[in-house]
Amino acid sequence: MTAPMDAPESSQHAEPEAVIAGAKNAAGRSLRQIAWQRFRKDKVGMAGGIVVILLILVAIFAPLLTAWFGYPPNQFNQQLVDPLTGGVLLDPENPALGLDPWGGISPDHLLGVEPVNGRDLFSRIVYGARTSLLVATVATVVCVVIGTVLGVVAGYFGGWIDTVISRAMDIFLAFPLLLFAIALVGVIPDGAFGLTGNGLRIGVLIFIIGFFNWPYIGRIVRGQTLTLKEREFVEAARSLGAGSAHIVFKEILPNLVTPILVYSTLLIPTNILFEAALSFLGVGINPPTATWGGMLENALRFYTTSPHFVIIPGLAIFVTVLAFNLFGDGLRDAFDPRSSD
Amino acid sequence: MSESAPEPVVRVDDLRVAFPTLDGRIQAVDGLSFEVSAGGGLGIVGESGSGKSVTSLALMGLHRGSRADITGTIEVAGQDVNKLTDKQLRAMRGNDIAMVFQDPMQSLHPQYTIGDQLVEALRVHRPDVSRAEARKHAVEALDRVGIPFPGKRINSYPHEFSGGMRQRVVIAMGLMCDPKVLLADEPTTALDVTVQARILDLLDELRRDLGMALILVSHDLAVVAGSVDEVVVMRHGVAVERGDVRTVLSEPEHPYTRALLAAVPRVEVSRAQRRAQDRADRAERERGEQRAAGAATEEAPAQEEFAAFAPQEPEGEREVLLKASGVGQRFKVRGGLWGRSTDFWAVKGVSFDLYKGETLGIVGESGSGKSTLSRMVMRLLEPTEGRIEFEGEDITHIAERRMRPLRRDVQMVFQNPYSSLNPRVTVGDAIGTALRVQGERDTRKIKREVQELLDRVGLEPSHYNRFPHAFSGGQRQRIAIARALILKPKLIICDEPVSALDVSTQDQVLRLLSELQDDFGLTYIFVAHDLAVVRQVSDRVAVMRKGEVVELGDSDSIYEDPQSEYTRQLLNAAPVLDPDQARELRAERVRERAGEA
Repeated sequence: MTAPMDAPESSQHAEPEAVIAGAKNAAGRSLRQIAWQRFRKDKVGMAGGIVVILLILVAIFAPLLTAWFGYPPNQFNQQLVDPLTGGVLLDPENPALGLDPWGGISPDHLLGVEPVNGRDLFSRIVYGARTSLLVATVATVVCVVIGTVLGVVAGYFGGWIDTVISRAMDIFLAFPLLLFAIALVGVIPDGAFGLTGNGLRIGVLIFIIGFFNWPYIGRIVRGQTLTLKEREFVEAARSLGAGSAHIVFKEILPNLVTPILVYSTLLIPTNILFEAALSFLGVGINPPTATWGGMLENALRFYTTSPHFVIIPGLAIFVTVLAFNLFGDGLRDAFDPRSSD
Repeated sequence: MSESAPEPVVRVDDLRVAFPTLDGRIQAVDGLSFEVSAGGGLGIVGESGSGKSVTSLALMGLHRGSRADITGTIEVAGQDVNKLTDKQLRAMRGNDIAMVFQDPMQSLHPQYTIGDQLVEALRVHRPDVSRAEARKHAVEALDRVGIPFPGKRINSYPHEFSGGMRQRVVIAMGLMCDPKVLLADEPTTALDVTVQARILDLLDELRRDLGMALILVSHDLAVVAGSVDEVVVMRHGVAVERGDVRTVLSEPEHPYTRALLAAVPRVEVSRAQRRAQDRADRAERERGEQRAAGAATEEAPAQEEFAAFAPQEPEGEREVLLKASGVGQRFKVRGGLWGRSTDFWAVKGVSFDLYKGETLGIVGESGSGKSTLSRMVMRLLEPTEGRIEFEGEDITHIAERRMRPLRRDVQMVFQNPYSSLNPRVTVGDAIGTALRVQGERDTRKIKREVQELLDRVGLEPSHYNRFPHAFSGGQRQRIAIARALILKPKLIICDEPVSALDVSTQDQVLRLLSELQDDFGLTYIFVAHDLAVVRQVSDRVAVMRKGEVVELGDSDSIYEDPQSEYTRQLLNAAPVLDPDQARELRAERVRERAGEA
């Protein structure tokens, strides 16, 4: 007599059991394949994912793109601007025609040019994507590494270790980060740790963002570890004679991969915004290196004559942050269907 | 509709419910029809995935707004549920048909007093009833379902009640509008045996006194047996059998019903009977396989193999494998004023000897300390007091590091096969881990041993690289058993190994455990709440209550002639398959309670 199979995880779902029973066709598929199937159906998440991939490609191939479609990002084109107001001319051959309300958008300059210096905006946006994504991604990796290690240690060992780490998290979260960043960037020398100029400044930005945002991930990892270590499979491993190292690396960490992956995708846009904010305040990366925040800051002086100069970097930040958020939400729903629907 | 017969209060005709999923449409209910007359009792029985819960949700019109695709007729008190507007549907729920859900911990709102919730349940449908009047009605309803001091308790919050009492409150809530039908979906599955018996008695009494129809949905034939007149047996969304409860249970027609009935463990069957039956079945199967293997195989190996399966009777003086003396476990419970902690003894003063090759059953209700005890024997918990000796060595307080070699000898099978396997680790790795942590480094050897064992517990060796989610509950429990076996332990502690499984799967797992005991000369400690299961697998039984052993002895004599009052109560409360016997036991329970009062 074959038993009507009770399906995987029916005990944890509120869905009617027969619906779950249908999932037994899932036999040969891994959890990741199932998640991918679910993700494919999520149009919004997919759109976010595609934009994210495009952005990454744009950042990687910035030199190629600018070589084909634009000009070097730091090349001045002052013949395009009105030397008196700094605004972009409608027709450089004939300055009498006045300023261009579209900021010089033409087949030559896909997104127009900057006021005052006449640098190609397309190239600067593309190079700005490099800076933004580099800083945000590396900072996120720093967050994840610190957060995961300390979170697992706090959750698994508990006791006074947990108390110390948890209080440290509280302190880090209460830190007036922006003020600290402004102060720190103000006092750094021109060269340190073998880095100089913008290399050093990027390093400092990554350090500030990564080192102060880890408690967000740390708390999530600690919470997950606390519940995971009470699960029966951990007890089962202990009863087989497994030690702490085995339990942490083989039993607990694999179950943390998904939440960490999802959360880091959602942390990247936060870090992009933070980097933009620092650059906007002038404590980020020095000109002439292109950053979206820095461009916005420059643009504020010209918003009456060259509104495109405000809109384009603003839009770049907006689209990037939105795409990462949609992608992250999509990932979370795909891996954990209980959180949505 | 005929004039003479009472008009059915619930009529379901050719009901079909389908859900769209990633893997295509799932037909959860496929052409189900039944009727319940006013004051009648219908049981809907089926294993998980049979569509019984989907049916009960459909009766309440609770699939509205989900992706379910429903066709067919559902009539409740003359109204077609599928055609009602949302407003009419809300008027029907509670008023004509009330539902009692499985988990009483989740079906009451934690932030309101039960009085508020009962009053609300009435005034939603009868806004003209005054608050004071509704309150009076609520007190009556609470009294009706047997809540002591209803006038006082009406102001309590749900967390101030035990699970059984909460389920009574939920039932009282269902009674507020005097519905024509009470729909109870697994109302006792989350409860202990004695509490379950009381709730079933209450439902039966209410049905008789108030003339209310009862639809009882359950996975357990024995739960339904004594409480309904008619029963529908469901499988894969289809009613395989429908009829009078006595006929269906005594002369089942459909092979599925027969198999289901055969799989239900019966409290009157002794260990010896069950074992003899299992061994006979197995020998039969082996012979069949040998015949199938054909004449090509030699006679000699077949005989040899058969000899290996012969039962090994204990010879002479029985050897003590494990000795527990005065074992206790204390937990500190934080709470109370100023966060002062109080002591709570989960287990206190438990002593027993465990002999080689026997099965010791530990039976008790929730909170009896049976799981704590098994974790102490396993040394996952360190006993607060007392002494545990394994093969003469004191293991009560030895360090984890020194415990490690001993872990080879004592293994555990956990209750929930869904949480005892790591979802991110393949089955092969999960089983092989044991060899690896015990120092084996040869990957190919590990794989070979794991595959042999998978085959032994009835799984495909080729499933080595699959993840646990691809297996059903019963298969997962087999994997968990394989994991416990791989170190060739002397003692396996089974902590409720079959309570999360369907009856037929449960039967297969019990058979497997019994075969393995024969083959490997294993000793078991078998912890469970189900009296019938414990009887069939145990040579000796310990009955636990509130952390102490109430009775310990030979399993047959405990079940035939219980010495303690508590054991007797437990046995009286155990659900039985025979409807007439169930009614007798119920009458006895009612008499006993009347005597107490």
